[in-house]
This record gives sequence, C-alpha cells and structure tokens, in this order.
Amino acid sequence: MNMMMLLEMASGAMGDRVAIGDADTGLTYARLFELAARMATHLREGGHERLLYCEISTPALPVALFGSSWSGRPFVPLSYRLADDRLRDLVSRQAPAMALCGGHVQDRLVATDGISMCDPMAYLAELDNETPAEADWAFDEDDIAVLLHTSGTSGEPKVAILRQKHLVSYVIGSVEFMGAGEDEATLISVPPYHIAGMAAILSNVFAGRRIVQLPSFEEHEWVQLVREQNVTHAMVVPTMLARIIDVLADGRGLPSMRTLSYGGGRMPLPIIERALELLPHVNFVNAYGLTETSSSVSLLGPDDHRDAIASTDPAVRARLGSVGKPLPTVEIEIRDPDGIPVVAGVSGEVWVRGDQVSGEYAKRGSTTTDGWFPTNDGGHFDEEGFLFVEGRLDDVIVRGGENLSPGEIEDVLLAHPSIKEAVVLGLPDVQWGEIVAAVVVADENEVQVSDDELRAWVSQALRSSRAPARIERRDELPYNDTGKVLRRVLRTELSP
Amino acid sequence: MQLKAGLRIKSAVCAGEFIVVRAPKDDLDLRCGGHPVLAHDAAGDKVVAATGADGGAPMGKRYADDALGVELLVTKAATGALGVGDAFLEQKGAKALPASD
Repeated sequence: MNMMMLLEMASGAMGDRVAIGDADTGLTYARLFELAARMATHLREGGHERLLYCEISTPALPVALFGSSWSGRPFVPLSYRLADDRLRDLVSRQAPAMALCGGHVQDRLVATDGISMCDPMAYLAELDNETPAEADWAFDEDDIAVLLHTSGTSGEPKVAILRQKHLVSYVIGSVEFMGAGEDEATLISVPPYHIAGMAAILSNVFAGRRIVQLPSFEEHEWVQLVREQNVTHAMVVPTMLARIIDVLADGRGLPSMRTLSYGGGRMPLPIIERALELLPHVNFVNAYGLTETSSSVSLLGPDDHRDAIASTDPAVRARLGSVGKPLPTVEIEIRDPDGIPVVAGVSGEVWVRGDQVSGEYAKRGSTTTDGWFPTNDGGHFDEEGFLFVEGRLDDVIVRGGENLSPGEIEDVLLAHPSIKEAVVLGLPDVQWGEIVAAVVVADENEVQVSDDELRAWVSQALRSSRAPARIERRDELPYNDTGKVLRRVLRTELSP
Repeated sequence: MQLKAGLRIKSAVCAGEFIVVRAPKDDLDLRCGGHPVLAHDAAGDKVVAATGADGGAPMGKRYADDALGVELLVTKAATGALGVGDAFLEQKGAKALPASD
C-alpha cells in the first residue's frame, strides 16, 4: 500500500476538480499529482532521506505529503512554534533531510548539518523545472509514511511512527471514494503537525472534497472563510468551537455548513449544547482518535447528537458527552489494570485494535500486544455500546482511594454562569494522597462567585468528595497551540 | 490465490486493478470476468471474459462477502465482474460514516 494510490485514483477519476484552494483558481487533482511526481524526482536526486515541513499550512503541504510518499521518504511535519533549541534539536535528528520552512524559521535554524532549507511556496514554484517521476512508488506497506510528534500535554513528547498501511487502511476503511459532491469544500484549520491535519488531507482527497486552508486559526477569519468560500465541512478542536460560537453572536450563522466535526480533546457540554442551538441545520460529529491510531477510531454521529439533545432520559442525554461507537473497522475494549476486559458501566483503560492502529514510537518500539494498543485514556462503555472517554489516565485524581475524573468536575464548573474556563487536577496531599484543585477563569461580564459557592455548586451536582479543596483564579489558562490545556505546567505551578 | 490485506491484484481479462482490504486465512478462488485474478506484476496477454461475467466494477467501489471474510477496493475500473468461484461478489453500499476529518 502507498498513499499515492489514493491520489492516483482521485487524479484519474476527477483530475479536473479543484483539490486545494479557491474554487476557481485552486490546484486540481491532476496538478497535485503532477507536482508530487516532480517533487519525487527532486527528493530522490537530492539525497534527502526525509522531508520536513516546519511551516503553517500552504498549498505546498499536500504536495509535500504525497511527494515524499511517492519518493519513498518519510514525511515529518514539525511545529514552528517550538522553542529555538528544541526545534534545532528535532530537525538535526532527521538529517540528511530537506526542510520546507519560511524565512522566519530558516533564521532560527541557522545552518544545520545535513539539512537543506527552502521556503515551501518558492519550492513549489521551482518544481516545474523537475522531470516528473514515473508512477513507481513503492508498495511496501511497512514503509514509514509520516513521523508525528505527539502533543505530550502530560508527559514528554514522543515520535509516533505511522506506516503506509496504517494511513491507507484508515482512509479506505472509513472514506467513500469520490463520496463528496462537486460543490463540497472542507476548511482545515488544524496545524500540519497534528494527526487531524494529515488525516484531513488524505480523507478529503480520496472523497474528492475541495480543501480550503486556514493557515493559522483565528475565529473571525474562520467564520469569514466559511461564508466566502461556501465551506460545507470542517473539523475543529473544542477551544476553536468555543471561540467560533462567540463570533456567531452576530446572528448571520453559517448557511453553507453541513457537517462540523470536532475532536482532539474533551468537548465541554455547555459548548456543544450552545453550538447545536445556534446551528440547528448542521450535522455534528464527535470524533475520538489519537496520533497513534491514524486519527478517528470512534464517532458520535449527527443523529446521536439530535437524539441526545432532544431526550429527557438522562442516559440518552448523557451521550452528548460520549464519543459514540467504534468504526466498523476498529475494535475497542475497556480493560482493567491487569489487561482484563471489563463490562459496560465499569471504567478502565481504552484499548484499540485495527489495521489503522500503529502504537509504535521511534526508539521505544511497539506498545501493542496482539495488535491491541493501550491508549492511556480512561473510559467506559454504556449499556448501548456508546464509548465515554474520561481523559488521560495520568490525569485521574486518586483522593483517599477514590478515583475522580477531572473532566466530570470541569463540566460542572463550566456549567456555572460565572465560570468561563476551568481545569481540574490532583495535587499531592499528606492526608488524602491527592486533593482536587481547580484553576478557573471567571467571566468578567457575570456576577462573581465565591470559592465556597463554587464548592457547594460542585457538591450539589456530584458529591462533596469532588468539590475542589483548592481554587485558583487566573486571567487565562495555558494552552498548547492545538487547544489542549497544559496540565503539567499548572501542576508544577501549583505544587508546593 | 492466497490473499492478504494490502495485496494488489489485477484482472486477467481487462484493465481492472484491485487492492485487498480484508482477506480470509484460506486460499480463495477469486475471479474477474470469470478468470482467476493475477498478481499485480504478472506478465501475459489478457484473455477473453467468460460469457455473462462482464458486469464490470467501477473505480473506488468495494466488493465483499462477509461470510467469506473478503473485501476488495477497485483501484482501476474493471469491465469483468468480480466473483469467487462461480458466484459474483456484491458491491458494498455507500458508507454510512459521516465525514470526521
């Protein structure tokens, strides 16, 4: 298998359709295929063993993803937001390699041995001087397709290895070829170094859905692009959706939008409820997946969302906080700490198996057993088979022998009208082992709430053991650039 | 033929090419146009399709038999019909999965 097979099919069946960019002036599938062919020649002749991409999204990104696959080189998207020394370190480990990055990143990398640098769009413009490679990409399914650095919000970042077989299996197992109508367009606003950014390119190319790129997420620009480009589909992370909702207070809605999927972190209930209310015509999809699983492994579909919001049955209503059911091509089990599967209703660790599941890291090797990958996410199934993800197992608070889920307490805090943002974490405590600490951002437009009132609010909704012993107030929370709260930063700041 | 997920195969009667998405453990008498399919790199001239086995298989469609545990994706359109032994494989219905990326 090779990802190029996906683009070859798209180029053969709908070569004249626009793949990337504006509906009138964008790159067609045939042109994308041709540019990838020319890039493959350049990468092979230059002796580059890998292709790095350290820049915001540009039309050069999909060309680079396919061109590296064509030439048999791993594609390595890196965050341009990393600190200088860390970025230099990660880049130098990939030598000999070609790095696509703009002048501002080139200045920071200075001269690194074995790394040739070029601005992505300048590189794209030069490609027409190269001879297109023959359709000779390797079909070894074990070739490395993409190396991705995981976000590491609770620990050290790792380098996940995604092989051709993982990404191709994911796409052909979950996307209908040419399933998109010619009028459909998707807006990609997640960065290239996020698994969702990679999956979005592959899935939409195979589906035949035009890709519109928003290089750096900003909510007003996102809404404006949707309206201008008649965007029908988009994927966002929870913090993006929260900000988009604020812009939609202008009452103009998103008339062209059909399907809005979200994932990449826990969605606070009040935000998805508000989104459903503001955009009643939109199909919402909650997608759960990890870098190591080549994107989504479980989906909560549009009908599930509508059923949940309309229901008075608490069990059905609760599904708004669920990630739905496993993809037909994926198996999911909840297991106890000994690796034994548990029954519905019981929490444990989420384990995943399927052709798209890698679970392999550079240096550390595979973490799978018999194909099963332990995600380090806590979760449970309900009686109807809906999966609930409770957050990273490292984040579970153990207070006096009782396991508390931070997400559950965060949802209650966020439901308070005076609280805008909240994160809950465990802090070491001599008496309890750990105590519950909450870091909150108050809504300045609302009546302020006291610590005792907040504790009573949580005790009433859950139990007194869940009430935060310590409450810290901040003007803002620390997030990484894909919208995940940096718990380890807060834990360090709050620990004695 | 012994199939394996990810294996590329082609038709002996037409330009059709396929990739194995799901494969059974045992050998399978997989045919296109009534003739056994070939390894992707197999040489040789095309043969004439068997009578009645010319239903075709459009690019991008999947063909499967859940009982046999086999599923194929058509990567180049075929004029021959896909089958196992004398029985034709059914085209799978449109995927019900909503777009998530």
